[in-house]
Amino acid sequence: MKTTELPRWASGFVLPVLNLLSALLVAALVIHLLGESPVESLQILINSAVINPEGLSYTLFYASTFIFTGLAVSVAMKAGLFNIGAEGQMYLGGLGLTLAMLSFDATLSPWLLIPLAMVASAVFGAGWAFLPGYLQAKRGSHVVVTTIMFNFIAANLMNWLIVGFLIPEGDQNPASRTFSEAAAMPRLVDWFPALGDTPLNISFLFAIIALVIYGVVMSRSSWGYKLQATGLNQHAAHYAGVRISRMIIVAMLISGALAGLAAVNSIMGSTHYLSLNFPAGAGFIGIAIALMGRQNPVGIFLSAVLFGALIQGGFDLSLEKPNIPQETFIFIQGLIILFCGAMENMYAPAVLKLINATRKG
Amino acid sequence: MQPAVEFRNISKAFGAVQANADVSFSIAKGSIHGVIGENGAGKSTLMSILYGYYNADSGQLLINGEERQIRTSLEAISMGIGMVHQHFMLVENMTVLDNVMLGTEGGFKLAAKRKETESRLREICAKYRLDVDPLATIHDLSVGAQQRVEILKQIYRSAEILILDEPTAVLTAQETASLFEILRLFKEQGKTIILITHKLGEIMEITDQVTVMRAGRVAGAVATRDTSKEQLANMMVGRPIEGNLPRKPFSPGAPVLKVSGLQLQDKQGVKLLSDIDLTVRAGEIVAIAGVSGNGQSELMEILSGMRLPSSGKVEFLGEELPYARRSNADGLPAEFRERGIGHVPEDRLRDGVIKDFSVMQNTVFGYQDRVKNKADLFDFKAIADRCAHLLEAFDVRPKNPDLRIGLLSGGNQQKVVIAREVSAAPKLMLVGQPTRGVDIGTIESIHTQLLRLRDEGVAILLVSTELEEVRALADRIVVVSGGRVTGELNIDEFDTTRIGLLMGGMHKH
Repeated sequence: MKTTELPRWASGFVLPVLNLLSALLVAALVIHLLGESPVESLQILINSAVINPEGLSYTLFYASTFIFTGLAVSVAMKAGLFNIGAEGQMYLGGLGLTLAMLSFDATLSPWLLIPLAMVASAVFGAGWAFLPGYLQAKRGSHVVVTTIMFNFIAANLMNWLIVGFLIPEGDQNPASRTFSEAAAMPRLVDWFPALGDTPLNISFLFAIIALVIYGVVMSRSSWGYKLQATGLNQHAAHYAGVRISRMIIVAMLISGALAGLAAVNSIMGSTHYLSLNFPAGAGFIGIAIALMGRQNPVGIFLSAVLFGALIQGGFDLSLEKPNIPQETFIFIQGLIILFCGAMENMYAPAVLKLINATRKG
Repeated sequence: MQPAVEFRNISKAFGAVQANADVSFSIAKGSIHGVIGENGAGKSTLMSILYGYYNADSGQLLINGEERQIRTSLEAISMGIGMVHQHFMLVENMTVLDNVMLGTEGGFKLAAKRKETESRLREICAKYRLDVDPLATIHDLSVGAQQRVEILKQIYRSAEILILDEPTAVLTAQETASLFEILRLFKEQGKTIILITHKLGEIMEITDQVTVMRAGRVAGAVATRDTSKEQLANMMVGRPIEGNLPRKPFSPGAPVLKVSGLQLQDKQGVKLLSDIDLTVRAGEIVAIAGVSGNGQSELMEILSGMRLPSSGKVEFLGEELPYARRSNADGLPAEFRERGIGHVPEDRLRDGVIKDFSVMQNTVFGYQDRVKNKADLFDFKAIADRCAHLLEAFDVRPKNPDLRIGLLSGGNQQKVVIAREVSAAPKLMLVGQPTRGVDIGTIESIHTQLLRLRDEGVAILLVSTELEEVRALADRIVVVSGGRVTGELNIDEFDTTRIGLLMGGMHKH
């Protein structure tokens, strides 16, 4: 039978892989033009990001942050909202947990500090997403515009707060004081020494739990069903009894909370202080991950690991190959967004033709 | 004299739907020519072909005796054809002058052209007694004045043939009268006017010739002075088909739905529904007949909780529905569904299903909170069993619960919607256009389901623009026109002529 649309395995797996390969092919071409061997570069990249246990551990550390930002963007996207503001929401999440830690890290035990940090970062992230959500739901102000504006507001607000209030007296570094030992996320190396001395911590496990909850809510709960109905067709969702404006606001709150939670790994898993511009683009990478992973939990996980590996491997690559600047990673990231996001369905007609041809024969 | 426009054997199909079939008639220069027909009769398609929006599949189009190809509306304008759309094509926050100039600025500098255009507009306004201030901003103007701007625009572009698509649908009686004044002046100036409408009164009042369309074909062409409203109504509606589906004798129970004094105004203050009074009893089908766009959709939206009325009272099973306590309709459909109001929406793809959800997901749409297990998650086993049962009972094809519903034919999508709403055991069922866009084979099966529901004692309120459907299903018929009830009759009084007259806005005496 002739099909007019791709089966799920093709659109969910074959297309993303083809898109990714295309992005890597272009990257290889550029590396070749820079005068380095693409094959050797790829070997270095894979070796440093996946095969070497310490490298893999770093890859998963980065991936933990990206899973949260990727989930944040995905939840909103499922509700038909393009949340560009995960960056700002994560930044504010960092502020929330920092304020909590600065207040309590000397008095409370880790058992209380870690949940407190998670709640504080989620609440602050959600708070930062509330207004764009509210404006979209009640006033029709497009969430893309407002979240971009909120990213800028967040950057300036944090600049003012960190430089004006949070720098310890006499310090030059634009960052808060370092938290006490009690406020550090337990590192996985304590249980698995093979991972090496890396910041990979229990945030990774929380990220996996978040993915599972997300998957269950989206596929098995009536709330997730209503959220997706809202994203696909608001008229029909209204007919089905969904409170559209409330759904939009709640989706943005959850999205912001997840983005805020990404700060826990970045700060309490690694630096242990709030520094200027600490998200470093993780919120934007979340957009790429949500697009590439097609808002599917497994897809989000794989994309997050891929981006973690690119950061980790790209860093080592630039050390070993002086011709390849560190910005190459950003370039490859851009290519992946281009191929997996903007040109998502480029290969769809060809794959469809192929499938129909094989079925006939 | 050459006719201004002549259609010769025009045919146009959209997929399987034959919108125009072998349409031939001509329109005399300097006349007002009415084109009348029910919705979907092919009037608009034909005019779109004349105005260059569509190209005919076959046939010829003659303008002033010459065969012409009109591929774009720009070409139509250059041949002196102008169109006033039912929904105005005006930029709301620009002035009348700028709206008229838009597209004919003719250069980079505007100031000189603006002056020249303004004085020409004042000339035209004086000549045709169009009461419009060229410097007024569109959104400050009434609907009638906005329509005059559209007409002004066409005259400015030297239109000799003017097409008006349902021009009086949004006008008050006084505005209609002054529009007709203008049209008569036009005629005196030798211009040709094509008036598309479904209102018989207007046709009789102002046209010289009438072409009646039905199901894409010309059902009749007469001189207005030789015909009557009754004859036009008969030609427009056609004869109903024979053969009735089995049903129990009519024995209605207690009233389920009681609507009194229902009103609805839109943001511009246009009355969409006025003083609707309506009762539906258990075990009866009340059909609302009328040309679409006369308030039926709005009434169904209000009764299903998707929209709030401006005022009026609705009682359901003796309890007043809580419109007055609400500031918006968010979530109200869920509450109404809980009370036992089922709704098959008239625009299936917009409201009734999520195209990208599977058939199975769509069988719980609207009832998603009723299919949960103890863990508050979907009980997939129960959902799948129920879905399999529904697909079987309502003969949905193919019987594949995992298929995206968007891939099903319109008729099968509709069966899924009806199966879903019927299986929720409603006390009142609101059914909008149940067989619109549905293949012929499926119509009977849908009708059978609705009659079975009636026989089981459910109150059914049906909206249909197809009189054959009304006749096949209804126990009582309520005819609406212009947002008002213009008549009510029992099925044994069924009379196409009378219904056609009521649909055309003629009140009973």
